[in-house]
Amino acid sequence: MSTTVEPVTGRIHSWDLSTGVDGPGTRFVLFLSGCPLRCLYCANPDTWHMRDGKPATVDEVMAEIAKYRAFLTTAGGGVTLTGGEALLQPAFTASVLRRCKELGLHTALDTSGFLGARASDALLADTDLVLLDIKSFDVRTYRRLTGGDLAPTLDFATRLDRSGKRVWIRYVLVPGWTDDEDAVEGLAGFLSGLGCVERVDILPFHKLGAHKYEALGVPFPLRDTPAPDTALVDRVRGQFRGHGLVAH
Amino acid sequence: MTATVTAGTGTTDAWRQFAGREWRERIDVRDFIQANYTPYEGDATFLTGATDRTRTVWEEVSALFPEERRRGVLDVDTATPSTITSHTPGFIDRDRELIVGLQTDAPLKRAIMPNGGLRMVENSLKAYGYPTDPFVTKVFGTYRKTHNDGVFDAYTPAMRAARKVGIITGLPDAYGRGRIIGDYRRVALYGTDRLVEAKRAERSRLDARPSTPDVIRDREELAEQIRALGELTRMAAAYGCDVTRPATTAHEAVQWLYLGFLAAVKEQNGAAMSLGRTSTFLDVYLQRDLDAGLLDETRAQELIDDFVIKLRIVRFLRTPEYDALFSGDPTWVTESIGGIGADGRPLVTRTSFRFLQTLYNLGPAPEPNLTVLWSPRLPDGFKEFCAQVSVDTSAVQYESDDLLRPCTGDDTAIACCVSAMAVGKQMQFFGARVNLAKALLYAVNGGRDEMTGDQITPEMPPLTGEYLDYDELSAAYDRVLDWLARTYVDALNVIHYMHDKYAYERIEMALHDHPVHRFMACGIAGLSVAVDSLSAVKHARVKVFRDATGLAVDFKTEGEFPAYGNNDDRVDALAVGLVESFMAKVRRHPAYRDAEHTQSVLTITSNVVYGKHTGNTPDGRRAGEPFAPGANPMNGRDRHGVAASALSVAKLPYGAARDGISLTTTITPEGLGHVPGERAGHLVGILDAYMASGGFHMNVNVLDRATLEDAMEHPEKYPELTVRVSGYAVNFVRLTREQQLDVISRTFHGSL
Repeated sequence: MSTTVEPVTGRIHSWDLSTGVDGPGTRFVLFLSGCPLRCLYCANPDTWHMRDGKPATVDEVMAEIAKYRAFLTTAGGGVTLTGGEALLQPAFTASVLRRCKELGLHTALDTSGFLGARASDALLADTDLVLLDIKSFDVRTYRRLTGGDLAPTLDFATRLDRSGKRVWIRYVLVPGWTDDEDAVEGLAGFLSGLGCVERVDILPFHKLGAHKYEALGVPFPLRDTPAPDTALVDRVRGQFRGHGLVAH
Repeated sequence: MTATVTAGTGTTDAWRQFAGREWRERIDVRDFIQANYTPYEGDATFLTGATDRTRTVWEEVSALFPEERRRGVLDVDTATPSTITSHTPGFIDRDRELIVGLQTDAPLKRAIMPNGGLRMVENSLKAYGYPTDPFVTKVFGTYRKTHNDGVFDAYTPAMRAARKVGIITGLPDAYGRGRIIGDYRRVALYGTDRLVEAKRAERSRLDARPSTPDVIRDREELAEQIRALGELTRMAAAYGCDVTRPATTAHEAVQWLYLGFLAAVKEQNGAAMSLGRTSTFLDVYLQRDLDAGLLDETRAQELIDDFVIKLRIVRFLRTPEYDALFSGDPTWVTESIGGIGADGRPLVTRTSFRFLQTLYNLGPAPEPNLTVLWSPRLPDGFKEFCAQVSVDTSAVQYESDDLLRPCTGDDTAIACCVSAMAVGKQMQFFGARVNLAKALLYAVNGGRDEMTGDQITPEMPPLTGEYLDYDELSAAYDRVLDWLARTYVDALNVIHYMHDKYAYERIEMALHDHPVHRFMACGIAGLSVAVDSLSAVKHARVKVFRDATGLAVDFKTEGEFPAYGNNDDRVDALAVGLVESFMAKVRRHPAYRDAEHTQSVLTITSNVVYGKHTGNTPDGRRAGEPFAPGANPMNGRDRHGVAASALSVAKLPYGAARDGISLTTTITPEGLGHVPGERAGHLVGILDAYMASGGFHMNVNVLDRATLEDAMEHPEKYPELTVRVSGYAVNFVRLTREQQLDVISRTFHGSL
């Protein structure tokens, strides 16, 4: 494996520092522009198109990240690449991850897995943790919800398991869409067969991105969908736990 | 049960089993602590909840709060100017209280303290519908001059003008200056007989000196200190406590220490009446009694709970305007907890935990102002507990022990919000603050006030270009700040001369060494507004709009500029430069009694009032809009989350702001992590990382926006909701509506 990476330019939406929601500890979260999926509940419609992103070289991104190196390390955090879909720009993503590892930073990749095939082994070797968003375990629901196919994500999950990668599953719970008991059972059963899954985070659907749709002049498809109530969240969490998974 | 006098116990018995020598030979509480304390490195599982007794006493006094909140004050003794001995003993529940002593003869009944200023007393009484007492008016209007009278006799027209327009504000010229921490632990460790003896020795060392004004003043002050110790002894005796001798038990130690503090709050209505650093000191006594089987953990916690109840009901009579400025009814009974000793051992004991535990046993409250001296080297169990208390109550503030220790030592305590001093060895002259944002507008307008049009500084050439030029503005700003620093230090010298003369803190200073090291604690407000304005002029184009008299009244920014609070050196360097330059200017002017100049970047909650009195600024802030509190970035301009914002603030050099740099953060629970059980751990990480990056202070609020909005509409549902604002905590429901809105609009650092 080569340690020198060609200079690559990516398209980024923004960066932010967050705590305990994008991997462990306080993290530098880089939002890349562009996503192949169009999830109905998407909270970041402003990251859909790569062309809307701001061009940035790996050096520029790393200069910003480097400012937080000590902070992130002390705070038990690291860097998370997300989007959009970070694997839509695999060379850029791989390069940033490599450079983060050279700085000794913990790295996480937040992905739908839809483009998992584009992740090189080198990219994964520089990724300490994968945050894998599985939108649904029902093939038809997955397609209606995201516009894409489920299979690549499951293939990716299996590949991660084989390579012994640490994985946290993220499951957005949307009433009427992803709360189907059988589908949750199916997913929980699948995940319990993967040794790599350390935990499942159930993320209750919210509408905090609604104003972005307004600003973009795009209708928000789930405008009238309610957030899940506590009982529903508890039920789904219980289903995952019932399969021996750590679920929050 | 009151603490009873035990006859015939001398120091031999009181100091049984204590180690160390030096503290026996001279007054040295730090040496006593170092020789005797037991560091605790475990977790919080040993703590106990409130007993029925504690709950009953707390409920009895809490029952009075709604009426107090409704009327502003529960009751006032209008006829008795308060002294250490002016009032007969008062109780909440004489049979159940463990620690006794009230400021007057009844709980929450306020006393008048006219030495600071008669007008303040009269206005306060009038505001709450009480008549002024003719005897008091006669004495303090005819025979006895007050601090306030003295100050206004010596103010110059320039000082008055600067004060009136609010470029210098909050000056302690009409009320007690506060921020002096008596070493109340001395009362418990030594007893007043020994303290008087030590003071006599200090005084006799002055006998051979020629009677210059300085020496005469020192002799007189020492005589007053000795007199005050006598009054403390008499006041304590009225409660059945013989404080002439050292405390012999933990119960007595807490009681003696509290009586020392009580004497101070009977005598002084200081802006901040801080307690010091008492928990680890008291732990030595509690541990000795626990080891001897005289106490169990439940009783140890009860003593601390009862002590804290007393600290929670310290009250002063103040005007509604004063309360509006400072949000609620603050007393800043600040207690500093934790830290690391010079020898590397953590100064964390079980009693450090017990103090924090009161926030669970009695519920959250703004006072006492619990302040953790944080270091990444603190024991993990303590760090986790502190963070959990923050997540649960939002009632704790943090200051960097690693910045404090090298400057003021390992027996440092915080006065008020962020002001550090070595307990019993250093004191400060509280200097409020100047408005740097307004000063920037003066630079544009040649020293005319942007709200009134009056010429405040000596005439200076205004900037006349259509667009502001950075170099021109910088040069003009420098001239205004030169004038401001001179006028400011000059005014403070007047104030503190008069305070020493007419409202000297007799008992607090009796619990200090002589001679004492003094700080002249200056301060700056509006830092982020001034810095963003400079950044706008430097990195974008700022067009000026002037009225018919040529006064710049509005600005339009063309283009983008980096804002303070995003860890961006292009603008953060301007903030560092401004802090350093104003500190240097202040230092050029000699301070009263050779005090060492310091400054704070702190606004308390008066950021709202400062904003109200400041016109449109070049950063785009509209006239009247609140400033950010303390050293915070302007609301909403920090766009990358709490860490980026905190790292901008961490760049401000403590060496140029030794009186403290305040950062207030408000984080939603979700913003500290998706999993509730992980949030405290995440907060520990943030605090470690912020302090390791050179950050000085952090207020931590963990609150939902929805909770605050609901509390505005239904205050009765949230009597205990505590919010940390710029260095101390307040009851949210006691804030003015304007301040509540300010707190809410302030950046919520929630990752969405």
